[in-house]
Order: sequence, then C-alpha cells, then structure tokens
Amino acid sequence: MSDTEQKHPSLKVEMLGVGYTSKKDDIPVINGVNFDLYPGELNAIVGINGIGKSTLLRTLGNAQPKLSGSIFIDKKSMEVYRPAELSTKISMVLTEPIASKNLSVIELVALGRQPYTNWIGTLTQTDISKIKEALQHLELEELEHKKCYELSDGQLQRVMIARALAQDTSIVLLDEPTTHLDLYHKVQILKLLKSIAHSTQKTIVFTTHEIEMAIQLCDRMLLLDGEENPFGQPCDLIRQKAFESLFPSDTVSFDAETGSFRIEK
Amino acid sequence: MERPQTYRKPFILLFFALLVCFGFNISLGSVTIPFSETISSLFGNEIQNGSWDYIIWNYRVPKALTAILVGSGLALSGLLMQTLFRNPLAGPFVLGISSGASLGAAILIMGSALFSGFLTFGLINDVTLAIASSIGSFLVLLSVMVVASRVKDTMALLIIGLMFGSITGAIVSVLSYFTDAEKLRQFVYWSFGSVGNLSWPQLSLLSGIILIGTLLGIIAIKPLNAYLLGENYAQSLGVNLKKSRYIIIIATGLLAGGVTAFAGPIAFVGLAVPHLTRQIFNTTEHRILLPAVLVYGAILMLLCDTVAQLPNSVNVLPINAITSILGAPVVIWLLIRKRKMIF
Repeated sequence: MSDTEQKHPSLKVEMLGVGYTSKKDDIPVINGVNFDLYPGELNAIVGINGIGKSTLLRTLGNAQPKLSGSIFIDKKSMEVYRPAELSTKISMVLTEPIASKNLSVIELVALGRQPYTNWIGTLTQTDISKIKEALQHLELEELEHKKCYELSDGQLQRVMIARALAQDTSIVLLDEPTTHLDLYHKVQILKLLKSIAHSTQKTIVFTTHEIEMAIQLCDRMLLLDGEENPFGQPCDLIRQKAFESLFPSDTVSFDAETGSFRIEK
Repeated sequence: MERPQTYRKPFILLFFALLVCFGFNISLGSVTIPFSETISSLFGNEIQNGSWDYIIWNYRVPKALTAILVGSGLALSGLLMQTLFRNPLAGPFVLGISSGASLGAAILIMGSALFSGFLTFGLINDVTLAIASSIGSFLVLLSVMVVASRVKDTMALLIIGLMFGSITGAIVSVLSYFTDAEKLRQFVYWSFGSVGNLSWPQLSLLSGIILIGTLLGIIAIKPLNAYLLGENYAQSLGVNLKKSRYIIIIATGLLAGGVTAFAGPIAFVGLAVPHLTRQIFNTTEHRILLPAVLVYGAILMLLCDTVAQLPNSVNVLPINAITSILGAPVVIWLLIRKRKMIF
C-alpha cells in the first residue's frame, strides 16, 4: 500500500457549512469544516449528541443540501454528478428503519444493485456475483432467505452494510451503525468495517458518540466540538489535547494515557 | 446463489383459476343457459337459441370483462398505494379518489335538482355520470398532487388524502339532505356499484384507461422496489423521488378513477387483494407482485360478481356490498393470523 500522500482523496471537504434552510434564512449547524478522506481508511465523525454528526453525514450523502463550502468526490464537485451517477459513488446506511420488513435478506441486498440494473431491474451475472460477494463478506449466506422481521438488530445491521457493499461504491457512509447494539456486536461491526475498508480500498465514514471506541478502531477521525472541528489520526488528536475540552471538565475528563474518559466524582 | 424465483407454478394456477371463473361467471345468470351452449357460443359457433347468443354477447361477456378490468385496476392501484405510502392500510381510496368520484356523481344527480334553472332534465345517464365522476376524482387527485408537491412526507400526504375524503363526504351529505327522494335513490343506486350496463364502446374506453395505468405501473417497478427501503434509501439508490411519485400517483388516479367512473365505488378490492396475493407469492419484488395482483384482482371480482347476480334469480345484489362482506373479514383474518399486516 502506498502512502496516503501519493493517493488522491476520494472525498474532499472545504469550508463546508451544513444545516437547515427555513423560509427566512439558513440555520447553520456546523460551519467551516475541512477534511480529506482517502481510499482504504475507516473514518469516524464523533461529537456529543445534537452537535450535527448526522446532518453532516446526510449532507455528504447528498440527502440534504449544503449551506456553504464545497464537497469534491474523486476530484469533481458533487454538483456535477447526476443523482444516478452519484449512487454509484456513495452508498449509505441510515439510522431509519427500512420501510418493509417483509424483504428477505437476499432481496434487500440485491436492491443495492439498482444503480447498475436496467429499467426493470434485471440482475445480470455480474450483479449476482457482487451480491454473493457482499453476503460472504458479512457472513450472511446462511440467513439469505430469512425475512428481515426474523433478524436480530445486529444481523439486520450487517444486512444493511451488505446492501451498501453490493452497491459497489468507493465511499460508504454509515449513520450511527452501532447505536442499538451491545458492546460485543459494536466491536464486531466496527472491526468488520475496518477490515472492509482495508481489503476493498473503500473510504468508509461512520458517525458515533462512542468516542473511546472510535479512538481505538478508526484510522482518522473528525471531532465535532462546535469550534475548531479538528480532524486527524486519533493519536495526533490526543496529542493536540483535542478531547479535553469536549465535555465540561467538572463532569467528565479525558485521560491521554489510556485514551479514555473518566467520570469526575 | 440460485436464480431469483419466478413463481411459474402459482402463475399457471392463477391463470387457470381465472379461466374457470370467467367461464363460470358467464354461464350463470338470471336466464338459465346450458354450460355447453355458453362455451360453444363463446367460441363463435351458432347455437340453437338466438336470444341466448344475444344475452351472452351483449350482456354477460361485457359484464365479465368489466369485472376483470375493475378487479385488476383496483388491485393494482392498491398495490401501488401500499408501496408508495409504505402503509399496509393504504388503498386506492385513501387519496380521496373514490370520494371525489362520489362528489362528481352527487353534484350531477342531486345538484341538478338544486340548480334546475341552469340544467335541463334528462341529462343524467350512464355516460354523463361516468364523466362527472371522472372529473370529480381527477379534481380531488389534482388537489392532492398540488399538496404533494409542497409536503415531502408521504404520511402527511396520506392524512391529507383522508381529509379530502371527509370534506367531499360532507358535501355529499349536505347535498343529499336538500335533495328529493327520487334523486337520492338514483345516487344511492350509483353508490352500490355495478359492473353491468357497460356497452362495448364504454368497455373499450375503460380498457384503454386501465392499460395506460398498468403501463405506468410497469415503468415504476424499479422505483417501487427501492421505495421498500424508505424514501431516503431510494434517493441514495439514484431514484428520482419526485418523478416516480408523480408516475405512481397518476397511475393510481387512472386505475381507480377510471374504474370508479364506470363501475361506481367498489370497496376493499384494492386493499385486500395485494395482501391476499402476498399469501401466495411470498416476495416483495414488484416484477412478480404486479402481474399477480392483476390476475388475482380479476378472479376475486369475477367471483364477487357471480355471487352478486344470484344465479337463477332475477335479483342482483349491490356489488359494493358483496366486496365489503367478503373483503372486510379477510382483512380481519389476516390481522389476527399474522398479528401484523406486512407489506
């Protein structure tokens, strides 16, 4: 693997402002965010509840318009992509539950191939092998004919990730992929994402409020603190003392030695 | 991975059932015609009794074909609505299409009495009724679409459709309060629904409308499948939400509006058939479900019509009542057995 310096960023963000537009004016949530994401890396967007992690992720996925700044995908501005084209570049795993739990695992994963299929959605041999690959990667072959309402939360999350993999995009965005899972399944999902990023050279971005886990597992992270919004490798951010100011120091403090937070008594 | 299931066997069975129901429907009626004679007349052979031939070709065959079109059209619009709104209780009538048609018919029948100064009598016949109810359903549909372009949430759209239904229902009540018994009776008869009384030209017009609606539905198969994940996922798969939503709403309007215009309001077929179909075809893939609901709807409507015409008697029961009597228990049974209505 070559150094990241020689690679081009697959996703480049410059002075990005995200938020909502109302009738009168814009309501910004985050302002002036900068970062470059590279292929083959697992990236986390962390921050406290309500800081705008999901809003930022949704903006990166073009699910809502940005307020200012620019987003570049493969060196081209996001605006030049048509929606159908963009769906071959970015796939998403959202927090919202899927509408029909009557989908079987294989039907759901197969929907990830929609950007590539013809007008009526016929699966070609390539599509079928991509679906099979995604199921294998997430170890879902035995569940492929189960209905989604029969699955546990952890299994369903793996199915949703398989669907995003089947979409075969260079960038995968996941919104809070570990929220409803226990510690074991949280670690399982994140380790899986890391191995997928490294083995398939995809750029994977996920949001989480579990900062300690992100510090241990991801390659780079964006810390949304509402001011500087520092971005970098976890150890660099620790050295910059970026985590210290995240919470009020009289309740929670950061221990740089162990990379964990301590509750002040 | 094996090839996606094609469900060939259930499809062959369904088509066979459709043929049987069609033959059954045509051979039964208030006039007793031997089954063998019916079949030979259908294949174009001369039969001994000329009036039998006339009854079969000018009354029973158009009626059976109407039943097929009505059943297929309503069932497909039900499937489209359930997927678009991702709500198992959605049917063609939640958008207020049927109440719009009722309003059109009510204004024509009862309003003509109120404004008799402007309108001449004798204006009310099958054709004007069909036109009035189509105009009514399309006006409601247009207002729903105007609202739809402003709200992003389909749940809100569903509720707005129900509200439009209440408003038109209230106007119909006000009209019927001020109208005389004769007109009221005429309106009530229309609201019973009927698949008889369609002439061949009317039948071909209805089949044209159903055909266009079905073609629009087929075009929307891919977005419909994506909608199963929810709108945000559909968008991330490259689906043009606005465009596909319009295609689906127009298709429903044509299917349900066309049927209601010619056959009156017919309840429950649109809601129940997609659920019944999912009992046989255990899939969410619209490439399978779309043709399946068309055939299933046709079968169900033929059966309801066979029951409604009370074989060997001169009485005909209101078809709307039959579909409700058969349809409502089915929905209840599904809810109790399955615990939840999945879609």
